Amino acid sequence: MSPGGPPVIRVENLTKNFDQFTAVKDISFQVDTGEIFAFLGPNGAGKTTTIKMLTTLLRPTSGRIQLDGFDPWVKQRDARQRFGIVFQDPSLDGEQTAYENMELHGILYHVPHRVRAERIERLLRQFELWERRDDYVKTFSGGMKRRLEIARGFLHTPKILFLDEPTLGLDPQSRNQLWTHVKTLNEAEKTTVFLTTHYMDEADRVAHRIAVMDHGAIVAIGTSAELKARTSTDSLEGAFLALTGTSLRDEAASSSDQLRRFAQMWQRR
Amino acid sequence: MGAIYIMWLRELKRYVRSRAQIIVSLGQPALYLLALGYGFGPVFAKAGAGSYLQFMAPGVMGMTVLFTSVFSGMAMLWDRQFGFLRETLVAPVPRLHIVLGRTLGGATVAIIQGILILIVCLIAGFRPHLWAAVPASFIFLVMIAVVFAALGASIGSVIQDMQGFQFLMNFLVMPIFFLSGALYPLKNLPRVLGWITHADPLTYGIDGLRGILIGSWQFTFTLDVAILVALAAALLCVSAWLFSRIQL
Repeated sequence: MSPGGPPVIRVENLTKNFDQFTAVKDISFQVDTGEIFAFLGPNGAGKTTTIKMLTTLLRPTSGRIQLDGFDPWVKQRDARQRFGIVFQDPSLDGEQTAYENMELHGILYHVPHRVRAERIERLLRQFELWERRDDYVKTFSGGMKRRLEIARGFLHTPKILFLDEPTLGLDPQSRNQLWTHVKTLNEAEKTTVFLTTHYMDEADRVAHRIAVMDHGAIVAIGTSAELKARTSTDSLEGAFLALTGTSLRDEAASSSDQLRRFAQMWQRR
Repeated sequence: MGAIYIMWLRELKRYVRSRAQIIVSLGQPALYLLALGYGFGPVFAKAGAGSYLQFMAPGVMGMTVLFTSVFSGMAMLWDRQFGFLRETLVAPVPRLHIVLGRTLGGATVAIIQGILILIVCLIAGFRPHLWAAVPASFIFLVMIAVVFAALGASIGSVIQDMQGFQFLMNFLVMPIFFLSGALYPLKNLPRVLGWITHADPLTYGIDGLRGILIGSWQFTFTLDVAILVALAAALLCVSAWLFSRIQL
């Protein structure tokens, strides 16, 4: 099932400590070129922290990361040119139009002028946003913003696309459509996709391999079928609960959660 | 270079597109100008110091540029909370280019605001001693704008929440304004207040504006320019350093 190119992401013994707390504990894994790889895990499992370290936003406490051969903390610019990322929270500029957001991204990622215009048009059409290209992003629905972010993530033809809970808060139609687009581009452009999600059915549907993360460690890694066989369960959800237990994870609301709510209340974006 | 340009352009677009905000942000300095300028006018004249409106108009210009430029830098706080900052942090360009583009954009907006308030001053009855002084005064608008946009960007790279923002507005930006000689002459001040005003960078910007526009200097043109240029260079370096260290 896995497309099985050479590894494009290598992680060895990666650890991240915040003061007393260990968010990521000594994890190792590889992702192959062209693969769709999912990180599953309860809240606070360390998924986002791992993505932040992979994408140059956070310095690992110890361990090694290689993105297409580059250490993201040491060779930041080389690494950054090679990936696209869709964050858990929107990272669009609401005060600019969809087209301007794409253009800004193209310039920051050194996409040559002629290629830029042509590719922006193709991606916006593909994600069904071309008609709305001149509207301010702040007027877009949640699903449209997500689509725009994913289209933007593909603009500079990255080798790797990171998606951190890209379907959070979307309706089933938008989720379905979004994964169809991601799968199409994964096949057409051989882009490696690294995603995290809470939704088992999504991981089951799109991912070639899945890593289950809990309390900062990887507790299992394999195809969906392998995980089910290993836990003697008939669904990925059953396998997930068997691996991570059924206790609830209460996270303290961080200040950004509070601001997110505040922002929703005031409809800023 | 593309990154500097596109970040500069973004600041300008945001400014031009929020017309309501342009009016609002001119309201406060206009209120100072009219309420204080006319209100204290008779007392000031009685003390034998001439027209208070003439005296404080350059101060109000400095105030406008100060607030607009510091604010534009601190707007990074919003970009941080609403996500756009991350888009620029993972881009494969030197972070120096990002912060430089933002800072120059914020400074450009502040200069435009400074020119608009100068027009308000002229309408309110302010008269420069020479008309040629008006374009010459832009030198100081530019320097004040760059100094404080870089200060704002440095602060914006460090603070993470609204409390920090409020704290710095009350304990840094307001004192910079009130202790700068924008509203009162620096001659014969109590000794400690005199020292503090001399340590305030805005003092030199306002002295330059006032010197050029109405021909009344506390220091000299050379000293004002030297201090502001040195500060601008230092603060640009500080903001670039702080911005490049941001982790999320």
